Amino acid sequence: MVETPTPTAQTMGGRRLAATAWAGGAVAALVLLTALVSLVWTPHDPAAMDVANKLSDPTGAHPLGTDHFGRDVLSRLMVGARVSIAVSLVAVGLGAGIGVPLGLLASARHGWIDEAVMRFNDLAFAFPALLTAVLITAVLGPGAVNAILAIGIFNIPVFARVARGAALSLWTRPFIQAARLAGRGRTRISVEHILPNIAGALIVQGTIQFALAILAEAGLSYLGLGSQPPEVSWGRMLNEAQTFLFLDPRLAILPGLAIVVTVLGLNLLGDGLRDRLDPRLDTRRADGGR
Amino acid sequence: MTDSRPVLEARGVSRAYPLPRPHPLAPRPVRHAVADISLTLARGESLGIVGESGCGKSTLARLLTALEPPDAGTVLIAGRDPNALDKAALRRLRRSVQMVFQDPMGSLDPRWPVWRIVAEPLVGLAPEVARADRRARVVEALAAVGLGEETLTRYPHQFSGGQRQRIAIARALVTDPDIVVADEPVSALDVSVQAQVLNLFLELRRRRGLALLFISHDLDVVRHVTERIMVMDRGRVVEAGPTAEVLARPAHPHTAALLAAVPRLDAAWTGRERRAAPGAVTEHSPSRHR
Repeated sequence: MVETPTPTAQTMGGRRLAATAWAGGAVAALVLLTALVSLVWTPHDPAAMDVANKLSDPTGAHPLGTDHFGRDVLSRLMVGARVSIAVSLVAVGLGAGIGVPLGLLASARHGWIDEAVMRFNDLAFAFPALLTAVLITAVLGPGAVNAILAIGIFNIPVFARVARGAALSLWTRPFIQAARLAGRGRTRISVEHILPNIAGALIVQGTIQFALAILAEAGLSYLGLGSQPPEVSWGRMLNEAQTFLFLDPRLAILPGLAIVVTVLGLNLLGDGLRDRLDPRLDTRRADGGR
Repeated sequence: MTDSRPVLEARGVSRAYPLPRPHPLAPRPVRHAVADISLTLARGESLGIVGESGCGKSTLARLLTALEPPDAGTVLIAGRDPNALDKAALRRLRRSVQMVFQDPMGSLDPRWPVWRIVAEPLVGLAPEVARADRRARVVEALAAVGLGEETLTRYPHQFSGGQRQRIAIARALVTDPDIVVADEPVSALDVSVQAQVLNLFLELRRRRGLALLFISHDLDVVRHVTERIMVMDRGRVVEAGPTAEVLARPAHPHTAALLAAVPRLDAAWTGRERRAAPGAVTEHSPSRHR
């Protein structure tokens, strides 16, 4: 054969992730690592009080100082990362776990199922998410599990919409027609062909939703509707710091900074991944070797 | 050739698609993509279907492969109506009709390795073929199109356009069908590669006794591989007969116009205006009104 592979074969996948995305990913990884380390080690017991040493400035023993009960701020930030990440991860997982199958179903079956799923989506989008999350936790009672539910519910329509949109554009592609000719049913095609091909878009959306969920969790905890004492979370730390805002702003700035840096990192990572995976930018792959 | 009973038959099939309403109260206009077409394809025979893009060739292919049911008329594959069968019987019937698509990149799932792509019709249509035997069948089908075992674990983007089309043909052959419907199988390929793929079709017909339904807008290509042709214009058959005869002495003005539109290098061409086929949309006309 005289045919040679087209240049696309070698250059595909060669597009680099932007430097900002790498930085964002590094920050997110660092926060995750901190949360994991806190499972086995923290500089001090995050709940141990030392009233004699309260509101202490950063020292060698307490690198980020102590709070109004003399508890070590660094230890509390580390444990707080764990709660933020766990709640957000489970909430986003819940949203994706229900939303993605719904979106795939809607795209695979036209007609009333599609209509029903999309109208449910429209309805869910019509609610102001955070306010309704506040309402849900207020009704169900405060706590981490209910915060997960409240945040997770609003992730369902987001994932359903992204999955449906990406899947719809795939259903008309010849390889899906070939799969139908090969006798594969709609469910099999959805799982084996559609899902792997929309995974990129879902991961991008997941990263961004993760950032939003961390914000939402912090918001709920700040309002006292998220995780409850003695559990530590960034939102609760903000809440407790409120009283001492003028006395010692460091107590509010540090958890605030942790939230901002984590959310910023995740957003940078998500945007970078989107730029890399966006099919509209990926014309070289779409056109193949023509 | 031998058996005179048709392996594929269409009796007065029609298919119309609704178009958007011109204004909200207007009745919904329809486009008759395929209108009252009858054809027969005998075992081992090759039939070319030619016409310009938009004349309904691809719709006819989808009707004949039972990807879509006709609005009126009947399709018979090996004497049986696929649209009247239950799922299990349809699967058995589908083994005898496979299809090769125009875009060799789009018809292969970019996330699947070659072995999985080629094995898909076996998985979907021939569950009695044991997992262990699938590999042998896949290797055999790839060998029939001139690809070796080393291609099994590679992905579509690692091949040239011509090689990808060979993979698509291997997939069509793996269930050992009686009929292959090829929808513009070489129009996305370089001219030098076209000849190789066309020769492959000729060879497969000879060796396997395949009946070939070859759809193309390119008369030179059709001349090369088919014994009979049907000329389509706006959903209808305007002329049919033995390929050599129809192309030598076109009886219908549309066929003559198609022939005149084939680019030639001989001297008679110079200075003569290229005639547009009747009903053809000239690509440049809209820009004049800008």
